[in-house]
Amino acid sequence: MKKLMTGYEVVIQAALDADVESMFGYPITPTCEILSGWAASGKKYLQTEDEIAAGFGVCGAVLAGEKSFTVSSGPGHILLQDSFSMAEAMRLPAVLVIGQRGGPSSGTVIYSQQEVMLACFGGNGEGLRLVYSPASLSELYLLTRRAFNEAWKYRYPAVVLTDGYMLKTRQGVDLGKMEKMENIPSTSLLPDNKVVHWPNIYTAEEELNAVLEDNKKDYEKISSEIESCEKFGTDNAKVLLIAHGIVGAVARMAVEELQKKGVKVGLFRPITLRPFPKKELDKVCGWKGIKKAIVIESSFGQLARVVRDQLAPEIDVSFGYLQKPGLGIEVEEVVDFVKKLKI
Amino acid sequence: MVENLAKFCPGCGHPIVLMMLHRVLKQNNLEAQTVLGLDIGCSLLAWNYLPVNTFQTHHGRVVPTMVGFKRARKNSLSVAYVGDGGAYAIGWQSLFHAALRDEPIMVIVVNNTVYGMTGGQTAPTTLSGQITPTSPCGFEGVSLHGPEILRQVANKNAYIARTAVNDPKQMLDFIGEAIAAQQAGHFSLVEFLSFCPTNWRTAGMGTLKKLEEMRLVYPVGEIT
Repeated sequence: MKKLMTGYEVVIQAALDADVESMFGYPITPTCEILSGWAASGKKYLQTEDEIAAGFGVCGAVLAGEKSFTVSSGPGHILLQDSFSMAEAMRLPAVLVIGQRGGPSSGTVIYSQQEVMLACFGGNGEGLRLVYSPASLSELYLLTRRAFNEAWKYRYPAVVLTDGYMLKTRQGVDLGKMEKMENIPSTSLLPDNKVVHWPNIYTAEEELNAVLEDNKKDYEKISSEIESCEKFGTDNAKVLLIAHGIVGAVARMAVEELQKKGVKVGLFRPITLRPFPKKELDKVCGWKGIKKAIVIESSFGQLARVVRDQLAPEIDVSFGYLQKPGLGIEVEEVVDFVKKLKI
Repeated sequence: MVENLAKFCPGCGHPIVLMMLHRVLKQNNLEAQTVLGLDIGCSLLAWNYLPVNTFQTHHGRVVPTMVGFKRARKNSLSVAYVGDGGAYAIGWQSLFHAALRDEPIMVIVVNNTVYGMTGGQTAPTTLSGQITPTSPCGFEGVSLHGPEILRQVANKNAYIARTAVNDPKQMLDFIGEAIAAQQAGHFSLVEFLSFCPTNWRTAGMGTLKKLEEMRLVYPVGEIT
C-alpha cells in the first residue's frame, strides 16, 4: 500500500525500522527536518554544539553498542570528516545521511551532486566506506535500511548520499516488502566481560600499514555483496548514459523517451558509489557496440572522476560529459544532448 | 608476560595521575564499568596501562565521544582523559557545552602549560613570560582558567576542581568526588597541575619550582 511521505519521513521511518536508538545532529539546511522529525519520534537525540560533536557522539554511541546516526550537508559534511576518518580507521559502524547542497563553501542550500568526493574519499584515509546514492523515495528507504545493516555487518562507516530535492519531495511511497527486511543487530564493541585496549594511533609505520592492508582486503572481499547498480537498455546501446541519484532517475526517463524514437541508448546507474559496481561498469562499457559513454551530473565531474578511475584501463571507450554543478538536470536537456551527438 | 614499559618521559606527571585514578577505581571496585577515552597528545600514551576498557580518539574530540558513549551506556563510568590543549583550545567548544548541558561524564585535564607531544608549544594555559617554541620572547597572553570559566555555566551539582600532582591526598579525594558526581548524574572535571620536565627544560628541584609557580597562577581546590 502506498503512503504519502516526504524524503525526510522516509529516512526517519527507515531508521526507526532499522532499530536505530539515537541520533546526534546540528541543524543545517536541507536536513533539519530529519533532526526535528527524529526528535518528535520520542527516540533519544542530542542537538550538539556542531557537526564535529555530532559525529563523535555517534562514534561514542556505536562504541557502546548502540545503533546511531547523524545527518548533515555541505559545510557540516566537511566537519564530519573528522569523526568519519576515525570511524574509518577504527571501523566503527557510524551512519551519516547527507543532503547535498551547492558548493564550495556555503553555496546554495537545497541541491547539488558536489559532495561525491567528500562522501567517498573525504578525510585522510583511503575511502574504505560504504556510500549509497538513491534515485527515488522508495530506494532512499531501502538504502537507509541497507546502510545500517551493512555498516553493522561489515563494520565500515556508511553514508546515504542524497539531496534536498529528494528529501523535500512528497509522493506516494510503497515500502512493500522492504519494511520486513531483517535487521543486523548491533553489538557492543567494548564487551563488559573483557578489557579492550584499542589504539587509533601507531608508533611504527609497519603497524599502520598492516592494519590498512587488512582493512582493504576485507573491503575487497565484501564488495561483491554490497555493490549495486541499475542497468537499463544497455544490451544493444550505442550511447551509454552514466548518472547517479536523482540525475540517474532523470537519465532513465530520457533513455525511455529516446528509445521510443529508435535511439540505441542505455543507462548505467551506480547505486553504491563505494564500493563502486566496477565489474558491471566494465561489462557495460566493454561491449563493442558502445560508441560513447556520457557521464551526466550536477557537478564538474565528481562522478566522472570516479567512473574513469574505476573502469578497467584496457577498456577503450570515448567519454562525453553533461555537467551542471549545483543545477538540476531535466529530461529534455538529456534528450537534446544525446540527439546532438554525432554517432 | 612482556613488561609494558612506560612510554612517558622521565619525570612526566601523567603516570602519577593515571596511578591515582586507578587506585580510586580499584578501591571502589569500578574497574569493570569504567571506560577511559583518550584525547590525542601525551594523553594517548595511556592506552594500555590500566586494566579498564580504553580507546584513543582524536585531538580535542574525547569529550564529545564520551558524551555519546555515556548516553548509550548509562551504567558506565565514562572518563575523558585530555591535556590542556585538547581541553581548552581545540576541544573547548565541546567541553564548554558538555558542562553547560551537565553531561554526566568525568573529564580529567592534565595541565602542564604546554603542548607536550608536539614539542612544548604555547597552550591556553601557558604562564605569562613563559618561553616556548611559539612564544620565543616570552608568552604575553592571558592564562586560561578553564575550571573557573566552566563553573559559571555548570550545574550547581557538577563537580569542578583543580589539584596538583605533588598532592596525592587531594588528588585521591577529588577523583572520588568527581566519580560521585557522575554517579549522581552530573558533569565533573578535575584539572591536574602536572610536570613536563622535557619541554620545560627543567630537572629535579627546577621542575618542582615550576609547579609552585603554576600553583600561584592556578589555585588548587574545589571550585564553587
